[in-house]
Amino acid sequence: MADAVLRIEGLTKNFGGLRVTEGVTLDVLPGELHAVIGPNGAGKTTLINQVSGLLAPDAGRIVFAGEDVTNMPVAARAQRGLARSFQITSILPRFSVLENVALAVQARRGTSYRFVGNAADEEELNAPARAALAQVGLGERADLPAGELSHGEKRALELAIALAMEPKLLLLDEPMAGTGHDESERLIAVLRSLKGRFPMVLVEHDMTAVFALADRISVLIYGRILASGPPAQVRADPEVVKAYLGEEME
Amino acid sequence: MADVTAPSSRAPARGLFTGNALPIAIFLLFVLVPLAATFKAEAYVLGLVTRVMIFAIAALALDLLVGYGALASFGHAAFIGLGAYAVGILASHGISDALISLPAALGVSALFAFLTGIVCLRTKGVYFIMITLAFGQMAYFTASSLAPYGGDDGLTVHMRSTFAGLPVFANDRALYYICLLSLLGAYLLCRALVASRFGRVYRGARENALRMSTIGFEVYRFQLVAYVIAGMLGGLSGFLLANATEFVSPAYMSWQRSGDLLIMVIFGGIGTLNGAIIGAAVFLLTEEWLSGFTEHWKVIFGPLLVLVALFARGGLIGVAQKLRGIFRG
Repeated sequence: MADAVLRIEGLTKNFGGLRVTEGVTLDVLPGELHAVIGPNGAGKTTLINQVSGLLAPDAGRIVFAGEDVTNMPVAARAQRGLARSFQITSILPRFSVLENVALAVQARRGTSYRFVGNAADEEELNAPARAALAQVGLGERADLPAGELSHGEKRALELAIALAMEPKLLLLDEPMAGTGHDESERLIAVLRSLKGRFPMVLVEHDMTAVFALADRISVLIYGRILASGPPAQVRADPEVVKAYLGEEME
Repeated sequence: MADVTAPSSRAPARGLFTGNALPIAIFLLFVLVPLAATFKAEAYVLGLVTRVMIFAIAALALDLLVGYGALASFGHAAFIGLGAYAVGILASHGISDALISLPAALGVSALFAFLTGIVCLRTKGVYFIMITLAFGQMAYFTASSLAPYGGDDGLTVHMRSTFAGLPVFANDRALYYICLLSLLGAYLLCRALVASRFGRVYRGARENALRMSTIGFEVYRFQLVAYVIAGMLGGLSGFLLANATEFVSPAYMSWQRSGDLLIMVIFGGIGTLNGAIIGAAVFLLTEEWLSGFTEHWKVIFGPLLVLVALFARGGLIGVAQKLRGIFRG
């Protein structure tokens, strides 16, 4: 287990009297797609927020790429290759699509304390940004203001931003949230193309997507891991079926 | 603050009003003023336009904060005062060479910006406005209580700065050109800054700070650097103001002055840099013109500002852009 990209041990978080994360332990192996599923309010986003550093856990440990990052600020984790997407789209709406991604490249390449030269014209930043956009099928939309993209395209842009960070791990918080059927098909195809190249934690409600993509699934209910294992095993688990999948799989 | 800072988040784009034509016209006008002034009321015109350029430097600095970083500082006049007092206090001790007083003015402003910025930048929105106002007032009252340096009454600067012993600031015309060069330098610096890698991160932080930190930028540090730069430009403005007026007063850092600077930026067009210069010119020239009729000139200026706020969100630059759009179809 020493070579896990991400290891979460006994993570616990309370909001007042409410325990939203309760002793969660899970890991992500190199190249693995580890899906986290569970009903609304199970604490999935809270878990992602603790891993990315937006929330501090009350107890437990987060080890990323061999380093304890439990108390590390958000930006420092990102610098180490922890990339995340948001359930509610988080982009720079008045920057061009290309600049949204080029900024992520800039974060990893050279200093950003450079006060001269037009950053928007730097091919060193734009070329990798275009490559990331092409991977998610947004190559044609690069020069548009990001705010003018369709919802599905914004979801794809979130992925492109994460990819441009040269991530060691992708934390994807419901990348398909709010997308229509066609759009989510396209996003699933993109995720499939990324699978194996990047280890991923995928939080998703779309069970078709989860069972099609995941190597391992953890079921989170009331902040606790109810079951964890390969898709077939989780699907057959009577506890899981009773608590969550029963209604979802019909 | 989103509404106030709506226009232009992408750094200088192409087009007449954000490209090079407008700034070239503005600076050409500033170059030509002294030539025109030789015909009539030279001292008066030079003095007035020198003042415009000095405040334009401070307004540029404020636009850098408000327009590109959504950091609505209500205490920016403090930096003008710090720069001016650096000149005044040193001069009262017989030190009036710019080789000492200019670095002192910039250094004090930078230090004040750094120390207050550490605190201010931890807040957002209305709280940021209030806390910058508080620090501005602290500077104001500190200056008012400097009894050895005139206290409330201010301090006369008996000798304009020299540069390496040369009396280059003594002549009004020379001072005019020094201010023009300083404004040009400040303008070019701000323009380079907002388009640079640094500026892109800084602008991004205003757009979506959460996203910027999750891609790996320590947003706060970038804002602090910008705050120090804006503070130093304010200090430069104060250095020039002390030389132009040969007087230093706590009134330079009053909150009304900070408000005037905000009005200049908003009136001209926020987040455009050109607008800050135009706004400073329009504000000071209108003040001069209207105060010829009545000392209550703000009664007339106030409604004008309300009209701009209501109907011209992008300030004068915004109006000009709209008109241009209409004429071109």
